[in-house]
Amino acid sequence: MYGLGILKGLSVTMKHFVNTYVDDIKWGFGKRYTPGVLPARQSAEARGVFTVQYPEEVLPPQERFRFVPFLVYEGTDEERQYRCTACGICAKACPPQCIWIVRAKDPETGKPLRRPAEFYVDIDICMNCGSCAEYCPFDALKMDHDFELADHDRAKHIYDLQQLGQPVEYYAKIRPTYYAAEQEAKAAKADRAAKAKAARREKK
Amino acid sequence: MNEQVAESEGVQLDAAVGSVEQACQALREAFPGKVRPDEREGYEGVIVDADALVSAALLLRDELGFRYLSSVTGVDYANDGLLESVYHAYGAESGALVFKVQVDRGNPEVPSLVSVWPSANFQERESYDMYGIRYAGHPNLQRILTWEGFAGHPMRKDWREPYYEEDHKPFKTRHPDGGVFRAEDRTPFGRNVQYPPGFDPEKWEDTAQSSVYEGLMREVKEGGLQTECITINVGPQHPSTHGVLRVVVVLDGEEVVDLMPVLGYLHRNHEKIGERCTFPQIIPYTDRLDYVCSMSNGLGYVLAVEKLVGVQPPERAEYIRVIMAELTRIVNHLMAIGFLWNDVGAYFTPVIYAFNERELILDLFEMVSGSRMMCNYMRVGGVFEDLPTGWMEKAQALVFDRLPRFVDEFHRLLTENEIWRSRSMGVGILPAEQAVAMGATGPLLRASGVPYDIRRVEPYSIYDRFDFDVVVRHNADVYDRFLVRMEEMRQSLRILRQAMSQIPAGPVQTGKKNWTIKAPAGEVYHRIEAPKGELGFYLVSDGGSNPWRYHVRSTSMINLTPLAEMCRGHKVADVVVILGSIDITLGEVDR
Repeated sequence: MYGLGILKGLSVTMKHFVNTYVDDIKWGFGKRYTPGVLPARQSAEARGVFTVQYPEEVLPPQERFRFVPFLVYEGTDEERQYRCTACGICAKACPPQCIWIVRAKDPETGKPLRRPAEFYVDIDICMNCGSCAEYCPFDALKMDHDFELADHDRAKHIYDLQQLGQPVEYYAKIRPTYYAAEQEAKAAKADRAAKAKAARREKK
Repeated sequence: MNEQVAESEGVQLDAAVGSVEQACQALREAFPGKVRPDEREGYEGVIVDADALVSAALLLRDELGFRYLSSVTGVDYANDGLLESVYHAYGAESGALVFKVQVDRGNPEVPSLVSVWPSANFQERESYDMYGIRYAGHPNLQRILTWEGFAGHPMRKDWREPYYEEDHKPFKTRHPDGGVFRAEDRTPFGRNVQYPPGFDPEKWEDTAQSSVYEGLMREVKEGGLQTECITINVGPQHPSTHGVLRVVVVLDGEEVVDLMPVLGYLHRNHEKIGERCTFPQIIPYTDRLDYVCSMSNGLGYVLAVEKLVGVQPPERAEYIRVIMAELTRIVNHLMAIGFLWNDVGAYFTPVIYAFNERELILDLFEMVSGSRMMCNYMRVGGVFEDLPTGWMEKAQALVFDRLPRFVDEFHRLLTENEIWRSRSMGVGILPAEQAVAMGATGPLLRASGVPYDIRRVEPYSIYDRFDFDVVVRHNADVYDRFLVRMEEMRQSLRILRQAMSQIPAGPVQTGKKNWTIKAPAGEVYHRIEAPKGELGFYLVSDGGSNPWRYHVRSTSMINLTPLAEMCRGHKVADVVVILGSIDITLGEVDR
C-alpha cells in the first residue's frame, strides 16, 4: 500500500515522542533537570529527550578533555614556584608555534636559569592539540578544562605567565587520575633514590 | 536486502595482467629508452619521458589493466631544477604502479592524461595551480584552489607565504629569547598580498568567472519555442552545499544542462603547512581535513609515516586504531545519511536522530583523546594513550546493544519512505565504467556495482583479521548510495564486535614518543578506506625531520569529478540531493 513506508517512519517518531514521557516518569519528572542527572540524560540508556540546555546546563568535561595549556605552580599565589624549567620543548613541539618563552637569567652572572622569566601563549593561534603537555618532561604544563574563553578584546588573548599559572591543587582537581599516577611515580623515584643513598652509605 | 550484499557479484575491474613489476617491464619493453626505472634511493616505479606519457598511459589502462588512476600530483625538486608529475595507478587487485614525468623547472609542460583517465581532471588542475606544471591538452587548465590574482605557485619550494618566518618549524624566535608578537603586527593587513607581475586589482576583470560561465554547455534548440538557458550559482553560501562549495549550474527551465563545481573557498594550503612541520606535528592538522572523521585521517597519515620510517605499532594499538576508525565510519555515515535527508527536505528529524548516536560516539572520542572532533589521537608507532578505565564498558554497551538497534530503527524510519524513494531512485546515475574512470571511491563507487574496498583489496593495519562484507549495490543511484551507507554501518559494527572481543592487553606505543622524527630519504604512498572513500597520503622525505613533499589525495575533491555527469538531465532540486549522496566535507575538498 502506498504510504505504508511513511507510516512506518512516523511510528518511529511517535515512539520517540512517547518515550520522552516514559523517561520522565522513570526519572521522577523534575529529577531529570537537576545537574546530577545530566550525564544520564545523554547516555546509552537514554530513551527520551537528549538535549542539554547549554549554557544553563553544562555537561562535565571528560578528564582528558583539553583546552589551552596552563602552567602548574607549587606554593602560594604570591610566591609561585613554577614547575617549568624553560627547556623550550613545548615551544618547539607546538605545531602552530604559539608558545614564546624567555628564559630567566641570573642578574649577577648573566647565566641562564632553570625557570621562565616570561611565558606567552597566543590562545588565538593555539589549536588545543595538547602536544605541549604531552611532550613536557617536567609535568609543568597541562591542558585546561575551561573552554569558555570568549572575549571582546583580542589583545587579551595573549596569555602571560600570570594568567597561565594555576596551582597544583587545581591540576589535582581536574585530572585526578593523572595527578595520582604522577605522585606515585614521584614517590617511587624518591624511594629508589633513598634506597640507593642508603646502599652507598652502607658500602662506605 | 542482505542477499544483494554479496561480494562476488557486480562489475569487476579488469584483473591486472601480472604484477606491478611485470607491468613496469612491459612498459620498458614497449618504450625502449623512454621509460626507465626510478633508481633513486627509496623510490619506486618508473620515469616516463613526457612525449611517451599518453601512449604509455593508454598501454597501462587498456592492455595491462590499470584502469583506475588514484592520484596525480607534483613534486618540486628545486635543488635539481626539476618538477615532477607523479601518478599512482591501480588495477583491480594490484598494488600501485607509480610513474613519473620529470620536466625542467623553467618550462614545465606535461601532456594531460584527462583523455585517458578523467579522474586526472581536478588533480591536474590542482598540480598546475600549486606547481605551475602545464598539462598540455587539459580541457580546462585553470587555477582550482587559488584565484587568478595569486602570485606564483604556492607549493614551489621558493614560494613564501605572508608571515613567513623560516622553512621549518620550530622557529628560532620562540625560545630561549621569545619576544611575543602577532604575525599581523609584523606585516600589517593589506601589505601581505602579492600580485602577479602586471596585475592591477583595480583594473582586474574577472575573466576566470566569465570563462567558467562560457565554458559550460548550452543547448541549441532548433525550431519550436526559443528559450534561453540561465546560469545560476548554487553556493558558496548555500545551506545544501555542505560548506563553502560553489556549483555553477546552467539550467534549461528546471533541467540541468551542465554544471561545474568551483572550489577553493576554504583553501588554506594544508600541504605547505605540512611541509613546514615535523612529521608528528602534522597529525593535528590532518584532523582538520575531513573534520567529521578526524580519527581516520590521522590513521591514514601515521600509517604513511610508519611505512616510511619502518615502525610497527604494538598489537593493542592496532586494535584500538581499528576500533576508532570504524566508530568514525559510523559517525560519518550517520551524518551523511542525516544531511542527505535534509537535502531532500526532511527537515532535521533524521539528522537529529543520527546526532543522538553520534553524540554518544563523540563522548567516547572525548574520553579517549580529549577532544570530540579534533581528536589528534594517532601517533607514529602507536596511539596517544591507552583507553581510560570504563571506556570499553561504555563502548561495548553502544556497539553490542544500542547502535545495532538504532540502525534497525533508522531503517524503519527511512528506507521504505515513499517520498524518499521517489526522490532518490533513478536519480544521479553513475555507471560502473564511468565511476572507475572518474576516480570515484568509497560508497559512491560501491553503489555503482564495483566491489572495491581497500580494507579488502590491500588490507592495512589488521583489517585482514576481521570478517566483514564489502557492501555492493548495483543501481548506481542516490537510493543505492544511501543503502550502501546503511549496510556499511552494520558491517562496521560487525568489525567492532570482533575487535572489541579480541583486543589484547599490552603497550600502545612502540619506542618513545617524540615530537620530531627523522625519516630516511624516499617516497611513500599510503591509502586507506576512509569513510568517504580512498584517502591517500603521499610523502617524500629528503632524510630530514620534516617532509619534502606532503600530499593528500583528497577523497571529497576527486569524488566531485563525476558530479556534472550525474546531474545532467535532472532537475535543479536534484543537484543538492546528488551532491549530498556523494558526501563531501569542504575541509577536505579545499584543503
